[in-house]
Amino acid sequence: MDMDFASRGLRESATFDRATIHAIQRAAATGVYDIRGWGAKRPLPHFDDLLFLGASMSRYPLEGYRERCDTDVVLGTRNAKYPLHLDIPVTIAGMSFGALSANAKEALGRGASAAGTSTTTGDGGMTPEERGQSKHLVYQYLPSRYGMNPDDLRKADAIEVVLGQGAKPGGGGMLLGQKITDRVAGMRTLPVGVDQRSACRHPDWTGPDDLTIKIGELREITDWEKPIYVKVGATRTYYDVKLAVQAGADVVVVDGMQGGTAATQEVFIEHVGIPTLAAIPQAVQALRELGVHREVQLIVSGGIRTGADVAKAIALGADAVAIGTAALIALGDNHPRHDAEYRQLGSAAGYFDDFQDGRDPAGISTQDEELAARLDPVEGGRRLANYLRVLTMEAQTLARACGKAHLHHLEPEDLVALTIESAAMARVPLAGTDWIPGTPGAVR
Amino acid sequence: MAALTEVDLGASSVRDLNQALHAPATESAASWRVLNPRGAHSVACGLKDEVTVDVEGHVGYYCAGMNQRATVTVHGNAGVGVAENMMSGAVRVRGDASQSAGATAHGGLLVIEGNAAARCGISMKGVDIVVGGNVGHMSAFMGQAGRLVVCGDAGDALGDSLYEARLYVKGKVKSLGADCVEKEMRDEHRVELAELLKAAEFDQDPADFRRYGSARRLYHFKVDNSTAY
Repeated sequence: MDMDFASRGLRESATFDRATIHAIQRAAATGVYDIRGWGAKRPLPHFDDLLFLGASMSRYPLEGYRERCDTDVVLGTRNAKYPLHLDIPVTIAGMSFGALSANAKEALGRGASAAGTSTTTGDGGMTPEERGQSKHLVYQYLPSRYGMNPDDLRKADAIEVVLGQGAKPGGGGMLLGQKITDRVAGMRTLPVGVDQRSACRHPDWTGPDDLTIKIGELREITDWEKPIYVKVGATRTYYDVKLAVQAGADVVVVDGMQGGTAATQEVFIEHVGIPTLAAIPQAVQALRELGVHREVQLIVSGGIRTGADVAKAIALGADAVAIGTAALIALGDNHPRHDAEYRQLGSAAGYFDDFQDGRDPAGISTQDEELAARLDPVEGGRRLANYLRVLTMEAQTLARACGKAHLHHLEPEDLVALTIESAAMARVPLAGTDWIPGTPGAVR
Repeated sequence: MAALTEVDLGASSVRDLNQALHAPATESAASWRVLNPRGAHSVACGLKDEVTVDVEGHVGYYCAGMNQRATVTVHGNAGVGVAENMMSGAVRVRGDASQSAGATAHGGLLVIEGNAAARCGISMKGVDIVVGGNVGHMSAFMGQAGRLVVCGDAGDALGDSLYEARLYVKGKVKSLGADCVEKEMRDEHRVELAELLKAAEFDQDPADFRRYGSARRLYHFKVDNSTAY
């Protein structure tokens, strides 16, 4: 079709492309801004712009199928009586019951448990389905405090104090009325059907000094048993990580702008925050300067799709990664078998991001009982476990090629960048050079 | 009569106190007296049993946070977030309370005999809060459920973005927040207010109070509401 336009001398504006024109027309017709799910869709410097330097003469590789490459990670070693010991460094990010169906939450728990990793609650509390199926469950402590219950806090394996997320740093949660069913409303103490707009700041503390006291309270309530994470959306990452550590975090979670959401303004998703690639070196620098790199663990999320992404994030200094969007895709989101129904909703398989509408044909981002029943939590859990194992094996493949007996032995020295932008952000040399742009004197 | 256990925070840590209070309650340890709190944070937080705790002095942040079933009395002033996220039980502050008193609390009764600062009852989710004096600005912000009773005046933006919490104020309200309106005081409201005042042990006449609640105009996204915030 595009070729036909070109042959007829028609040229699409790069500034006002068709999606932009449609957005203007939609705004003019409705008078409201666009709200959608997913994360940033614009092209960004990302892990694809990095390459590993496999071993050859100057480094010994490990035998691919014979020599061990361990993958476990311990989170929360700094203060918690019971740190989390996970088999793999790929965790499931916080996603709420409400945004997701109960079956989807159960499937996430099943898949994560089968693969030996953790899953995370979301803005809406802990469901029995999720707790029951999750061997390791992280309980989020959010500004809204929907469903926040000390009994659930004590049932959790770790607590994640959420300051922000990559899709909307500085913004609060959002769940539109279509998804505020009786059960969701009951858990959140909200009127059924209301458009829920959560607070963006915590109601009883502001700033890092208060956070120190808040973390102290959470430790007191749970008798210093549980690791306490602090999650930030990637913006001023260097400073945020330093402040989180000073406030007492056991684990810092940094969510880049590619991180997903169930419902956020399009303008927020695409225009606030920094790419995951740029955030990791800032976070690692902060941890190193405080002398706590690896003592305070770093979890990175936002656009993790492959074992290569996992390995690259770890090589840059992360202890683990978290996945959200990719986990939903593994459950069945955007599968071609639903294409006809996606098209009825004005979308298509591979494009569907209207998680806010609650009409997800895959039965994942919905509270409609009929749609939700389409997702078999056992089968979904199996698919997620498969995917998590593939991510892990892919990361091991790359680590062995670099001669590493543990994923955590990967290091920035194993990486080069394909573009000047990614070299500057990731702070590794442009391939074939010893040049790290933006870091004077940092040649290698 | 249950035996009284005394803990002196001049000699013991808050950790030791809370650890002891978190142990399953026995009749011999159902009543506690905490001495020399000296503004310590997180005093008596995370309690889950029917114990009575009297704190003899001022406390810092989050005293009686996430309380369940316990009765906690602060014989002094309380810092930020007293009884935050309380689920049940009762917390009484004999003096004044700093900001965010009773924040996000789901249940129980919080009584502040003096004044409460800004954001009293912020995001309240079912708690009853009775304040003998005034409350600061943005009180009951995004209040979802429960009742807030103010025997004095309320500051700016009372009940901003309110959901279903019900507010009763005896004195002046400096201003109402977005979507908060004065509502008719009917007999059932006078009855519930009388019960709350009695539970708080305040000698006040319900007839002197006005009721405020949500106009429910901002419950759904509408372009016509874009200037309301």
